[in-house]
Amino acid sequence: MKILVLVKQVPDTWGERSLDSVTGALIRTTGEQVIDEIDERALEVALQYKDATNAEVVAVTMGPARAIDVLRKSLAMGADSGIHLVDDSLAGSDLGWTARALAGVIALDGFDLVIAGNESTDGRGGVIPAMIAEHLGVPNATFLDTVTIAPNSVAGERATDYGTVDVSASLPAVISITERSAEPRFPSFRGILGAKKKPVKTISLSDLQLDSEPSRSLVHSTSKRPPHSAGTKVIDAGDAGMQLAKFLADNRLI
Amino acid sequence: MVIMTTALALIELTPTGAIRPSARMLLAAAARLGDPVAVVVAAPHKSEGLLAELGSLGAARVVVATSNTDGLLLAHEVEALVAAANAGPITAILAANSVEGREVAARVAVRLRAALAVDIVDITLEAGSVVATHSVLGGAYLVQSTAESGPLVATIRLGAIGDRAAAATPEVMEVAIDVDTSRFAVVNAAADAVFEAGRRDLRGASRVVSGGRGIGSQENFALVEQLADALGAAVGASRAAVDAGYIAQSAQVGQTGVTVTPDLYVALGISGAIQHRAGMQTAKTIVVINKDANAPLFDIADFGVVGDVFTVVPQLIEAIRERSR
Ligand SMILES: Cc1cc2nc3c(=O)[nH]c(=O)nc-3n(C[C@H](O)[C@H](O)[C@H](O)COP(=O)(O)OP(=O)(O)OC[C@H]3O[C@@H](n4cnc5c(N)ncnc54)[C@H](O)[C@@H]3O)c2cc1C
Ligand SMILES: Cc1cc2nc3c(=O)[nH]c(=O)nc-3n(C[C@H](O)[C@H](O)[C@H](O)COP(=O)(O)OP(=O)(O)OC[C@H]3O[C@@H](n4cnc5c(N)ncnc54)[C@H](O)[C@@H]3O)c2cc1C
Repeated sequence: MKILVLVKQVPDTWGERSLDSVTGALIRTTGEQVIDEIDERALEVALQYKDATNAEVVAVTMGPARAIDVLRKSLAMGADSGIHLVDDSLAGSDLGWTARALAGVIALDGFDLVIAGNESTDGRGGVIPAMIAEHLGVPNATFLDTVTIAPNSVAGERATDYGTVDVSASLPAVISITERSAEPRFPSFRGILGAKKKPVKTISLSDLQLDSEPSRSLVHSTSKRPPHSAGTKVIDAGDAGMQLAKFLADNRLI
Repeated sequence: MVIMTTALALIELTPTGAIRPSARMLLAAAARLGDPVAVVVAAPHKSEGLLAELGSLGAARVVVATSNTDGLLLAHEVEALVAAANAGPITAILAANSVEGREVAARVAVRLRAALAVDIVDITLEAGSVVATHSVLGGAYLVQSTAESGPLVATIRLGAIGDRAAAATPEVMEVAIDVDTSRFAVVNAAADAVFEAGRRDLRGASRVVSGGRGIGSQENFALVEQLADALGAAVGASRAAVDAGYIAQSAQVGQTGVTVTPDLYVALGISGAIQHRAGMQTAKTIVVINKDANAPLFDIADFGVVGDVFTVVPQLIEAIRERSR
């Protein structure tokens, strides 16, 4: 079985993240860029199946030159190879253009199963996996808390806003996983050394056969909200609960 | 004949066929953008009960999609919206920013080659074009966007839009849809989470009380619930509290959990990591109780108490009860 795992490079959530005031795009040139934690979990789900069956695991990313770091990390964790889609015209891609390009890469390489994170920690769209499935014309089972992969199918429990849904799909299919799915492994020393010898293919848009162009999402204004500032702070000397009740009452909250 | 421009709203139903609360917000938003059309997937004999309610929420027309295939994940919702979109001029297709709503919107946008705006907090029609407002990076920025061409497909954050469309008497249109079964996953079982009596849903809640690792155990978490009950609030948690098993993951507030914008947010034993703040910093009033005076969450607290939750909270609950007597 061939499993493609989608891994995205994102700004470290521990740092200050900011938007370009003109384009509304995330500033990706400053601050530390890391592999999205949710995609490490997606990779872990694939690697656990590989450990049991010898499936082939390919890490795929779309991003600027430096995004190759997330492929290196994926290879060190245990992926067999990587594909890096890099093309200047992809800068500032919206959801529609991102999904179309990633679907193009997946179609080019062939797959049985695509595993993605349910939601990236920067864009937080939570829609790319379903969009890719629509481009590819295959089923998708997203937001899976648990995943069971079989030779011809995939199943799991999907966590929705309202409850749970048990779903399954025949392969080829696209799934996305939640942070409940798996704890990612750390790359071993051997893994890190071995990663250097594993193949990474770099491709550009002209290598792909793409669906017709979607309408773009255009940003026309961006404003920074003033941060919530601090108010009263009391140290409990036995009556802080009462003081807090008074504060709530004064503000008509009780 | 005048061709009216319409805006489509995808109505979510519970597994037993009742209309979910998101319908009010979606129809209110659709009414700003055109004639509001409710699109709902239901068996014909079940749809009658729904019509009156959708009319009271402002639907000018209800498109009821029926099909002879069953048990496919969101397939009918996708095909029904695509069919309704192709039937006449539309300005927008709106869905709730729930897991289901996003997924349907994702597939519909690709099918129609339309622009997609997710998790928006407001939507208006300005000089004939649909403008969506996004609250991003934990609410630190507001971004407005439009579609380059064609209708905008958008998912609206639950609870973000407060108004209600004027009631209408909807005309009904039934459409039969064909589904390519090979393109969709199969639903084997579905169940709504059961809320304990009196518990409130976190999304869209106007008050939230959250507990963190500082609460210490699953048993102690009852204290968070007691304060929530006293305040009429929903219960939330930090990821550390969820990871420690004090409460279900659905209660997680933050970067990778729920984003809330309540009038009141009370944090008990939560340090205030940047990922937690991303889910709650746009609350109107923030109250923090933490025994560490240097906890970063105090930086955004309207009222902070440096103290032990196990002494402060019981006293607070008692004081609230006193005042309501
Ligand atoms: C704050 C913010 C708000 C935005 N809002 C919108 C909007 O409303 N409409 C719009 O059209 N665009 C929007 N964008 C742009 C959009 O987020 C980007 O196109 C982004 O590259 C893909 O969206 P996502 O990260 O939200 O995807 P998600 O759907 O959240 O990603 C889910 C999974 O898909 C995979 N994936 C996603 N991107 C990549 C990639 N580049 N390489 C490999 N795998 C990937 C990963 O497995 C990831 O975990 C926004 C961007 C930001 C930063
Ligand atoms: C990619 C990523 C995504 C994440 N997403 C989220 C998310 O969505 N939501 C989230 O919450 N976190 C998220 N986190 C985790 C986040 O970084 C923190 O680890 C987490 O928020 C800490 O939870 P906490 O404040 O409950 O625990 P801690 O940081 O351990 O804080 C516990 C606090 O309780 C106080 N305390 C202890 N005992 C008492 C007492 N008796 N009375 C009063 N105070 C007491 C302590 O002083 C301390 O400040 C994410 C992290 C990453 C890397």
